[in-house]
Amino acid sequence: MNTGIGNSTDMAADPLNLIITGVGGQGNVLASQILGRAAVQRGFNVTIGETFGLSQRGGAVMSHVRLSTKKNYGPIIPPNRGHLVMGLEPLETLRILAEYGNPETVFVVNSRPIHPLNVISGDVAYPDVAWIRETLEGASRRLFWLDATPLAVELGGPIMLNMIMVGALCALPGFPLDSGDIRGALAEVFPESKLEQNYRALETGGSLVSHDEN
Amino acid sequence: MSMITHKTGRPAVLLQGNEAIARGALEAGVAFCAGYPGNPSSEIIETLAHAARDLPVYVEWSTNEKVALEAATAASFAGCRAIACMKQNGVNVASDFLTNLTLSGTKGGLVLVTCDDPGGISSTNEEDARWFARMAEIPLLEPATPREALLMTRRAFELSEEIKNVVMVRSVSRLSHTRASTRTGDLPGFDAAPRFDPRVPFHTFPVVPKHRERRKKLDTAVALSESFSLNRYAGPDRPELLVISSGCAWNYAQEAVEILELEQRVGILKLGTTWPLPADLIERYLLSCDRVLFAEDVDAFVEDGVKALAADMGERIGLKRFYGKASGHLPFCGELSPAHLLEALARILDLPAPDDAYRKEISEKVADAVPQREFGFCPGCPHRGTYFAIKTALAWDGRDGFVSGDIGCYTMGIWPTGFNQVKSVHAMGSGLGLACGYGKLTKFGFDQPVVTVCGDSTFFHAALPALVNARFNSADILLLVLDNSATAMTGFQPHPGTGFTASGDKTAPVDIEGLCRSLGVPVTVADPYRMAETARTLYGLMQESGPRVLVLRRKCALVQGREGGFPFRMRVAEDRCLGEACGCGRYCTRIFRCPGLVWDEASGKARIDEVICVGCGICADICPQDAIVREETGAGGAGPGNAVPTGEKEK
Repeated sequence: MNTGIGNSTDMAADPLNLIITGVGGQGNVLASQILGRAAVQRGFNVTIGETFGLSQRGGAVMSHVRLSTKKNYGPIIPPNRGHLVMGLEPLETLRILAEYGNPETVFVVNSRPIHPLNVISGDVAYPDVAWIRETLEGASRRLFWLDATPLAVELGGPIMLNMIMVGALCALPGFPLDSGDIRGALAEVFPESKLEQNYRALETGGSLVSHDEN
Repeated sequence: MSMITHKTGRPAVLLQGNEAIARGALEAGVAFCAGYPGNPSSEIIETLAHAARDLPVYVEWSTNEKVALEAATAASFAGCRAIACMKQNGVNVASDFLTNLTLSGTKGGLVLVTCDDPGGISSTNEEDARWFARMAEIPLLEPATPREALLMTRRAFELSEEIKNVVMVRSVSRLSHTRASTRTGDLPGFDAAPRFDPRVPFHTFPVVPKHRERRKKLDTAVALSESFSLNRYAGPDRPELLVISSGCAWNYAQEAVEILELEQRVGILKLGTTWPLPADLIERYLLSCDRVLFAEDVDAFVEDGVKALAADMGERIGLKRFYGKASGHLPFCGELSPAHLLEALARILDLPAPDDAYRKEISEKVADAVPQREFGFCPGCPHRGTYFAIKTALAWDGRDGFVSGDIGCYTMGIWPTGFNQVKSVHAMGSGLGLACGYGKLTKFGFDQPVVTVCGDSTFFHAALPALVNARFNSADILLLVLDNSATAMTGFQPHPGTGFTASGDKTAPVDIEGLCRSLGVPVTVADPYRMAETARTLYGLMQESGPRVLVLRRKCALVQGREGGFPFRMRVAEDRCLGEACGCGRYCTRIFRCPGLVWDEASGKARIDEVICVGCGICADICPQDAIVREETGAGGAGPGNAVPTGEKEK
């Protein structure tokens, strides 16, 4: 199944279905908004469905980002129709695999776990991270497994993770947005003083994917 | 970051459903906006409050939803356009006024927005507020997309003025929290000139003629709905199956038809006006097809309404076969999704089962290995200290006491993060109302201590009347006001105790202690970070009788984090932590459960997760070996006097 993604036709799918998954506080919603704004600038019909609820308190957060040249699609991606998954946290990525993945899905996943409270307390176990990686790899077209959290910390803190991951997405061959589009959207949202840091995060993410390709 | 105050319409702006509702209101020239925070509705008023910095619009957070609707109605009576926004539970609160207001009628366009929460994603219940439109006999509009949310909100103001009554717009979480590229229109000139005409009073008398008048308005609304442009049909002239859908479910129906390539076999009638139903329009489509599937979120509202119409039309349209919630093809409970519609269509049309080999294989492989994420208080949250003190005091007391809970972050006291101390939760202010009852059961020998908790915002919303009741009837209640200076659960909206308003203007804060004392209720104030001291105070109060209030005051940790942070760097002294050998049974991680404290499997000892720990320092007081150590960093705008726990321990 690991065929690489050069000349991928899935990236040209219409609608293109992207899932962003992670834990409250990781900047998931901001990432989806930035991608959405950039896509609007590029003329796409954009729909982003967000599930957050109580997630500010450590729960799972998932965004469905759908880009189309034809129309606005609905806010929920139908079963097993994700083309691309940006996983900010391994367990949360594994959680959505059966529902939205398929053998052609491309995964871009940050490797660092955030342990749920019930894991911290010893009530349940966090699955073996190497096993999560293997499972995702075996059930997808391509897995980019990125050690992005330490790089985020270097760039100024864990919250930089989301833009590193967005930078990684943009570096995927065929992904319809490039880092220039994202820079434009960031400039609409962030004060000048924060921009440089976020631009560097995009570059960092981009180089992770290029490196992985080699 | 306001995307909604542009003067001239734009072809595509990324708008959240709630922002689209706000933009629609502005495009209608709204003058007065009021609401009470509650997910998924909160962003409407927040967005409008932000817009009010640039536009001559008045926006307020009211003390509760009934007051919000009343305040907005005053603007309508004075001839201005007004909107009141709330979640489904809020409509319950406002409903007493609503069912009377709709008899008197209105003047300036008045729109009531309800944001329902299918699946109870951020609610204590799953409720369909559309029944209130039917009960109050007012028109109901149901948008399916952010673009429609904008258009229907704008239209709702006109409709309200055409029939001189309230119009309800219903969103759901999935729409309120969806962002979509949305075309906007122009903003009008804002020219509110409020004036109440004393010759035209608004009341409900004489009741029966007023009721008759309200029915007549509803008939007018039916006629208008027949030609409503957002009631749309797409599909063949004579479909094998007609899907009647409303709201977000329309998206799922449409995509399911597309995926299953049923465009030539299935037609979709999307209803934007779901009360009163456009009977003629519905009859035309029922005539075209013998099988009908209903797709709507929460209750079988349209389903029941259309079935009733079909019974009346029976002689003309013949016998129909209906599918939906009642037939079991779609669930009565939980949020709908494309998967539900795919399954229902396949079942009704007898299509081959979809290939789900992948899903089954992965599910079998991972299902048991994926733990749910337990909800918990944030690191540094004062509620953790509060519940720890409650747990301690109730244990000391030993009479099987418990907590009567309320609505807010502290509702999570029902879970391990609050040590499972909360034993009942229902509606805003109900924790105290229940406590009033327990507090009179003493007459029959009831001797369990009951502690009731409510947040500062909830205190103003609906707890006050119950507190007066406790004083009036001399009930034995112990109310803990958890004052964290914020409506934290819904996103830090201001409330009467905060000293500023929705638009950021300063106002004199309402003093909770002063208010309680003025009722003759004794008040004690304590710090939830000082857990041992607070537990002793609580234990003492539990032994007294009559109404008592304990204010537990400490800023929400998220607010504190933004306002200078916390004064400590925490560490676990490895030489002092005895690990599994201690006999404490991993008390810090197993029981106290702050996400900033983790168990290091490798060393078999506790450890601070420095990425997550904020440095509030309270966990140092729970370790029997004093292994959790506070080191002052000098940081923290709060200053030591405001943040240092006593360091005392329960023995």
